[in-house]
Formats: sequence, structure tokens, C-alpha cells
Amino acid sequence: MSRKQQLHRPGPQPGPPADDTGCPILHVDMDAFFVSVELLDRPELRGRPVIVGHDGPRGVVSAASYEARTFGVHSAMPITRARRLCPQAVILPVRGERYARVSAGVFAIFRSITPLVEGLSLDEAFLDVAGAGRRLGRPAEIAALIREQVRAQQGITCSVGVANTKFIAKMASTRCKPDGLLVVPPDGVAGFLHPLPVASLWGVGERTEEALARLGLRTVGQLAQVPLSTLQRELGGALGAHLHALAHGRDPREVVPHTPDKSIGAEETFGTDVDDPEVIRRELLRLAEKVGARLRAAGHEGRTVSVKLRMASFKTITRSRTLREPTDLARVIYVTACELYEGAGLERVRLRLVGVRVENLVPAGEAPRQLAFDEPETGWREAERAIDRVTHRFGRGAVRPAALVRRPDEGTPGGPAGRGGEGSDGEDGRR
Amino acid sequence: MEYATDGRKVKVEFRVDRQPLAEAVAWAARTLPARPALPVLAGMLIEATDDGGLTLAGFDYEVSARARTDAQVADPGRVLVPGRLLAEIVRNLPPQPVDVFTKGSEVVVRCGPAEFGLLTLPVEDYPTLPEPPSRAGTVPGDVFAAAVAQVVPAAGRDDTLPMLTGVRIDIEGDTMWLACTDRYRIAARELTWTPADASFTAGVVVPARTLADTAKAIRPDADVAIDLTGTGDTLIGVSGGGRSMTSRLLDEQYINYRSRLTGTWTSTARVRTAPFVEAIKRAALVTDRGTPIRLSFTAGEVRLRAASGDSARADESLAADLTGEDIDIAFGPQYLLDGLAGVDTEYARLECAGPTKAALLTAVPDDEDSPMDDTGFRYLVMPVRLTS
Repeated sequence: MSRKQQLHRPGPQPGPPADDTGCPILHVDMDAFFVSVELLDRPELRGRPVIVGHDGPRGVVSAASYEARTFGVHSAMPITRARRLCPQAVILPVRGERYARVSAGVFAIFRSITPLVEGLSLDEAFLDVAGAGRRLGRPAEIAALIREQVRAQQGITCSVGVANTKFIAKMASTRCKPDGLLVVPPDGVAGFLHPLPVASLWGVGERTEEALARLGLRTVGQLAQVPLSTLQRELGGALGAHLHALAHGRDPREVVPHTPDKSIGAEETFGTDVDDPEVIRRELLRLAEKVGARLRAAGHEGRTVSVKLRMASFKTITRSRTLREPTDLARVIYVTACELYEGAGLERVRLRLVGVRVENLVPAGEAPRQLAFDEPETGWREAERAIDRVTHRFGRGAVRPAALVRRPDEGTPGGPAGRGGEGSDGEDGRR
Repeated sequence: MEYATDGRKVKVEFRVDRQPLAEAVAWAARTLPARPALPVLAGMLIEATDDGGLTLAGFDYEVSARARTDAQVADPGRVLVPGRLLAEIVRNLPPQPVDVFTKGSEVVVRCGPAEFGLLTLPVEDYPTLPEPPSRAGTVPGDVFAAAVAQVVPAAGRDDTLPMLTGVRIDIEGDTMWLACTDRYRIAARELTWTPADASFTAGVVVPARTLADTAKAIRPDADVAIDLTGTGDTLIGVSGGGRSMTSRLLDEQYINYRSRLTGTWTSTARVRTAPFVEAIKRAALVTDRGTPIRLSFTAGEVRLRAASGDSARADESLAADLTGEDIDIAFGPQYLLDGLAGVDTEYARLECAGPTKAALLTAVPDDEDSPMDDTGFRYLVMPVRLTS
């Protein structure tokens, strides 16, 4: 996201309203969401550079106000770096629950407009308003209505892109930020897209951008002139076809209401890098417990377990394994995560961060379960559900694996540090 | 270079018929590793002796394979050649006598108009092939092959529990038991064999893939000899019909499976094997990964049902005899098919003790006067718990 933000340039000025016929897709994006919510509670900071993020040696920027962004601060940047760029910035801690409450209010507004709401994260969503026209007016009118209601009810601003496809709508909202509204009519798509750099297209990362640059393709317009077969030869079949379609403004994805969680995960950045496999395994256990509890709380089971290992050099690898049947058990997640860690050949390598994630989620209890000989009728499943109930009553950590019980005189080997940026793996950790 | 650095002769010359050569080479090539730990392990050892014997061998440190056939030996000796390539070449030769001889650093393979030259590998670097332990006894090749084929589908494929990737072989006197389990089912076979010593006992675990390949490749009309000492074995030898192999054994620890194979059952169903297999295969067409087939036995029939979500379903009934309580139980279709593949009689028998308890699949002997309850094959399978 950060790179895309750097590409941001002021969009077209809101002149005469563009023709919104055939543009039923809205992309609504809160402006500097975490910061905006913090400013509701700290109005005296309005107009000053504000950063939300964990303030520590390894913290990262979760969100930055537009004032801070003018200094070059952007999300996912290390806090230490942000401080150097903007020493006068006020740094506020992340308050996930507060943002979740505001987000719920915003989504309630969306759902009062149309049931076709596809949430992408706490602070952005696609809406398909094709069916709301008779009731609420044209797409651009609905977009204005949403902006008005979000401001009136939640006290924060958002930007809305209106177009005939999801990706154009999303690019439009990016272009009109902050506090903007931009309609890209179908016959204006080419004019809107073609001057943009290729990096602004969804799916073009640094590597692809370099590959395109080698072909002399820097703008979307140049890309659109390359035949499909050439792109596929240079970039591979799938990516070539994808970019060809995007460059011509084609995006067949529909707005899918309520995207279920695709994965649930947790990760930890150590205060200092760790190379002791015992400490790593204990951290994997702690993360597995956390992920297991979250899966059960959300009523999910997942079939694929993955671990993320970031070395001191920042080189990051992920390893995953698909189980024979979905699980929500910390025990299974932990054992699999340890095997993946051991199989990665990184024992004795200094690690900066470890993460555990469960993917391929299905609703719990719906999957039939193959029974095994050595599985007692009551086992880990029942034990972990009992822990859930104790936790519910007495709070987190009331019951935990013995390996995670720390004697009072023991220090924290790593200790928690910064969490990921806005909408990424943080405390909430859902994708 | 007639002699290697170890003083052994590396020159060789012999003539052999194409068919026996092809079979022998194919046997020895089975163990050749795809990515050899040492370059010489990609080689096939060719050894011709004065008495007209030709031996071909391959080895990957775990498993060795040797095949012996007759040849007209003009010049005895031993050479090492690229094994996979030799196997490919011999398989494609025309049906004529094959001349093999060394020429400089090359082994020439000549068959009719076709001639190939293969650069030899340094035979003096080749490891010594393991010698099998002493002969423990013999069993008819077809019986052994059938028994191994009945149990190996139940072996685990996951290396996290190496023990489960093996076939457990237990021997007590003239009785041999073979068994595999992957924690979800146990396939076991009891058979009678001829031990060299009537009081011989052994309990070993052999890698299942290796044993399956070996049992399949030995000629069914030959007797299979098993080489084991019975105590502290680390190696097993299996041979028959001029073919032999040795395999390293897995750790001898194994679960006590035999106690699980007897139980008290609340219902017993009898169903014709072939139509049952056909019906399961049909119903399995609509199952996803992880979704089971549900079997409902009532007096006179079994109903098979399967579905993948709401998108497809299957429903079929066929005749079955039931004694005891009605059964409503679900299994992974492949687990049922693996078990039924081991039932080689007209009727299969399924014994159950409840929808979440293991069920036992056996074969009803075709001979009604048979004193035996089954054919020595027992397949215990855990059901799938359905969500209510």
C-alpha cells in the first residue's frame, strides 16, 4: 500500500459531474482511518502530524495523518525512521477495538444502502448499487449520500470511487483522496487509465514493474497497446492476461457480499533477534494458542497451516502444509508449525519475526471428521474448548500451556514489539 | 585398463538373450536412485562369472537388488555402467542375442544391427553390496504377492511416523502375519509358510513401497525365500526365481495391532463383493476430498449415500444380509475400496459396533464347509463422524 500511496497524485478537480450511467460499483475508503478515529478523541491534535503505531525500537507505522505524510511518512515504515523524518509528529498507540467499533458503524451505513457490500478491511469496501437506483438515486448521488452519512454519524471523512468495475472504482477513490468523490464513466476509462504509471495497476509489484520497464512500458496506455500474446510470452500466461485485461479496463470480478475470513493468523516481532530453537518453538506455541482460540471464537476451522519466518536480514520465508482435515486446535496447529519450522532449515538462524497462520477456512463442525484409532473420544478438542470457557470467565491467560507459564523472576526473552501496518497482520490478524 | 586399482578385473565379454537380459536389468534398475548420493550409485553393476552366470545389481544404501541369469561368458569380470540408461537401451533392443563387451573405457552393447557404447563408471568405488541374513523359510510367490498387495494400501505415506510407512511382518513357526496401518485403518493378513526352523520367530518392519514392488516383481510361480535371523535384524532378504533384494529394516517398534482385530460386534452384514465395489465407486463420484460415503444397513439391503455439499448427491441400494442391529455408518470411499480390494471371495462381511467405532471387513470363504471364518485377511477401518 505504501508504494501506491507514493504514486498518489491529486486527481481531477471536481468539475461538472461526470456521467455515472453504467457505473454501479462504488469503492469507499476511509481517509487515514486510524488517525481520523484518534482525532475524534483528541481534537486538539487536528492539523498536526499524527502517527498511529507502536512506539518502540521495532514498531512500525500503522497509519499516518496527511500532515505526517507530507514529511514522507507512510504506513508499514519503521517508527524510528518516521521519527527521523518528522520529529514533531505525535505518536499514538494502536487501539484496535476502538477502530473496530467505528468500522462497524460505517459498515452499517453501507448495508443500509445495499446488501451487496464486500468488505476488504476495517476501512474499505466495495458496494454494488445497481439495484438501489430506484430507491436512492444515481450512483454518484448514492456516493455523495454515503460520504454525508459517514461524516454526520461517525465524524470522519471518506473517499468514494464510482466506476463500472471494481478495480477502476478503487483506483478512482485513491485518486480523489482525501475527502473526495470521483466518477469514471465507461467511456472515460481509457482516458483515466492510460496516463497512469503501470505500478498503479493491481498486481504490479516491483518485480513486474521492472519487467515492464525493460519492455519500455511505463504507463498503462503503453501497456494497453501491447498484444496479449506478447505480454503472455514476456510475463507468463496468467499475469499477462491479467494485465492485458486491466490495461483495457476489464475486471470481471463481482462484488461478493460478506467475504468470509480467508485466514486467521498471528505474528510476533522479537524485541531482539532470537536464534534459540526452544524460544522459537515456545513462541510458535503461544501464537498457535492464540490462533486456535480465535478460530474457535469465529467458528472456523482451517485446513492449511503456515509459518512465516523473518530472518535478521529481513529475508522472509513462509512454509505451509495442508492437513488431511480442517482443524481449530492449537495443539495441531503448533505441531504442524514446529514441523514446518524444523523443515525450513532455519534452526540456529537468528529470527526477527515468527508468524503462524491458518488458511482455507471452513465453518467449524460442518466438515465430517475421519476418526483415528489412537484418538480418545475426549481429547485435545475438549481440553481446548474448556480453556476457552475458562478464558471467557477469568480472562486471557487464566489457563495456558505449562511451557508458556513464566516464573516471576524470568525476564522476557523477546517481548512484544511493533505490530504490522493498517489492515495487515496485527492484533486482529484476519485477511 | 584391464584391472582396476583394487586389482579386480574390469574387462568382460558375454552373450545373452535379449528377453532374460531385459528382465534382469529391469529388476536391478528398480533400486537405482533418481538423485544418487554418490555418482557411482547411479551405476548398475554387471558381473559375469566363469560358470556362465551373469549378475546385475543396483543399490541405494537402503535397498539392494540383484538379478541372475545365464549367459555365454567369454571373458569373466565386473564393470559398472550408467544404470538407467542401460535399462532404457535394453528395453528397446530388437529380439536378438545381445553381445556385451568392454572396449577401452567403454562398454559396448551390440544387438543385431544396433550398437551402443556406454562410458564405464569406476567400479572400484562401488560399495560392497550387503549380504542377506540366513534363510528363514519360504512361501509360494503368488501367496506372498497377494498378501503384500492386500496390506500395503493401508500403509502410511507420511514420513512423520516412519514406523507407519512399513509392513510389519511377524513370524511364529509356520504362521506369518503381515500388517500395515496409517492410524485410520489396519490391514492384516495371516498366512502359512514353511520356516527353515519350526520354532523360528521374528518381528520386523519393512518399508512398504519396497516390499510391494518386490512382491509384485518376483515371478508368481517361484517360491519366495525370506532371509532373517530373528533377533536384532537390521536387514531383510527376499528372493525367488533368480531375483533377490535386501532392504534395511525400519525401527522394530510397532503398535500392537492384533488385539484390535478381534472385538464384540453388534451387527454383521454380508454383501456381494463385486456389486458393492461398483456401487461405492459410483457414489464416490460425487464425493469431495474428505467427504464420506454413508452406509445404512437394514434387513435385506444396504443403502449408499454420498454428497458434496448441496451441489451433487448419489443414492443407491443393493441387497445385503444383516444380523443384529441396523447400521448407519460412514467411511471414506477410498478406505472402503482399499479394504474390499483385499476381499477375493464372492461375499464380503462387515462387522460394526456403532457409528463411531472401528468396523471390521473380512472375506466370507466361498466354500461353505470351510472350517475358517475368513481368508486370513482382516481390514479394520475407522469411520467418519458425520455432523448431525
